[in-house]
Amino acid sequence: MAKEKVITAHDLTKRFGDFVAVSKITFDVEKGEIFGFLGANGAGKTTAMRMLCGLLMPTSGQATVAGFDVFKQTEQIKKNIGYMSQKFSLYEDLTVAENIRFYGGIYGLRDEAIKEKSAQLIKQLHLDGQEKTLVRALPLGWKQKLAFSIAIVHDPAIVFLDEPTGGVDPVTRREFWGLIYEASARGITIFVTTHYMDEAEYCNRVSIMVDGRIDALDTPANLMKDYSAASMDEVFLQLARKAIRSGD
Amino acid sequence: MQPVVVENIVQNYRTKKMVVEALKGISFTVDRGEIFGIIGPDGAGKTSLFRILTTLLLAESGKATVDGFDVVTDYKQIRNRIGYMPGRFSLYQDLSVEENLEFFATIFNTTIQQNYDLIKDIYQQIEPFKDRKAGALSGGMKQKLALCCALIHKPSVLFLDEPTTGVDAVSRKEFWEMLHRLKEQGITILVSTAYMDEASLCDRVALIQKGELLSVDTPKNIIGQFKKPLWAIRADEMYKLMNDIAADPAVESCYPFGQYHHVVFKTQEKRRQTLEEIAKGGEHAHVEIKPIEPNIEDCFMALMNN
Repeated sequence: MAKEKVITAHDLTKRFGDFVAVSKITFDVEKGEIFGFLGANGAGKTTAMRMLCGLLMPTSGQATVAGFDVFKQTEQIKKNIGYMSQKFSLYEDLTVAENIRFYGGIYGLRDEAIKEKSAQLIKQLHLDGQEKTLVRALPLGWKQKLAFSIAIVHDPAIVFLDEPTGGVDPVTRREFWGLIYEASARGITIFVTTHYMDEAEYCNRVSIMVDGRIDALDTPANLMKDYSAASMDEVFLQLARKAIRSGD
Repeated sequence: MQPVVVENIVQNYRTKKMVVEALKGISFTVDRGEIFGIIGPDGAGKTSLFRILTTLLLAESGKATVDGFDVVTDYKQIRNRIGYMPGRFSLYQDLSVEENLEFFATIFNTTIQQNYDLIKDIYQQIEPFKDRKAGALSGGMKQKLALCCALIHKPSVLFLDEPTTGVDAVSRKEFWEMLHRLKEQGITILVSTAYMDEASLCDRVALIQKGELLSVDTPKNIIGQFKKPLWAIRADEMYKLMNDIAADPAVESCYPFGQYHHVVFKTQEKRRQTLEEIAKGGEHAHVEIKPIEPNIEDCFMALMNN
């Protein structure tokens, strides 16, 4: 039996005037899959991600996220996804517990569920005793782990991670990936962008965007074989160097 | 005379409630004409160190010189002879590419023509856009313009604070190629980064974490100091494999690295058999085990855990 598809995209396109930011991208992502979404700066990743999150109306093509249509059902999409990025994550001037309560409320969890989730989350992240600490005072690595856990506090079908680990120390970066694996094992689909090519190798499948197109999509092992490369870094360089348009 | 000498520099930041120890008494020297990397995560103290050495921040205690000049008493001489590219894009967004470059040349009493040789390679890549406002450039082009502006007065020491953060793999590679060409022209370069893989592109590196230096040496020597055997292992179920290995009492650490997990045991002896047993006990399929050489990231993590 075919696995449940959490994202389907067919010829999804976004134009800004004459500029084709995203050009006919076609791909599926399965339930529980860790899907790496790579591309150089300016390749169209952010535009594609914004369409999939229901934040930007596509120009043409078709796509569904968590079973909802990206043209007509953007509000339902927003309720069924989680999102975190390096730049935007938590409210710095709220405490750990307040951030959990705030986002739990935003995602429509009941008070009891929020309480239960808070306790579970604090324990899982070893933040016992830190409930009343302002998020501003947490080390970056803790912040990112907390932000990820909060992004999936409502058990979304899929979570979008936009460069979640930039600047984080190597041990914390790996603990962060531990949380990703765990969420994926629970059936949450992970859609992640990263500039760390070793992280691309943790993904089940990886797509690489060049000039608005998806030029490669496969498991890291198959991509390395197809491009006769020893690492994903080499695969990426081979593809990204073909780019004609530059920058972001 | 060594271009950069740092002796026991301490820097603390105070708020009403707490003291953040940004630099806990660090010392190192940089040799003439080398690329010296300060490598560590966000919050390690890299930017504080750069601001102290570029005379923009007074250290709480300790001493530092750049080209023999004291960072506190001789700050004017230092400012004349160094180039500094801060982590945040700090050029004038409403001036054009060419205007920015002319502005910085004028400030340093020179002209673009006088030192054009030094920036030629880099500037030619952005010259087609020389009338564009700096604020409207792409990330990669902004970075190239900032580097040109930091070089236009032919500095003897160049300070680059996280020049490759948020830059994609292709642009990162190109940027390092530019640095190596500058090094050939005799410029000493201090560069900070959170990307561990960039260590191998430096002549020497200082690994920094929480305001302390973990190690200062050539990348090769740092790797040579990693004494325990390192193993790489993979199987179909990588997450389960990691948990199974981490649960074994003989294991010191198990970290994912691309398609493999890197495993270190508590003792020096080789432990292929232990890994085979763990894989068998967990009923793992398609198991591959091999001894490997550590990389800088392995070393950084081992030093962090000490």
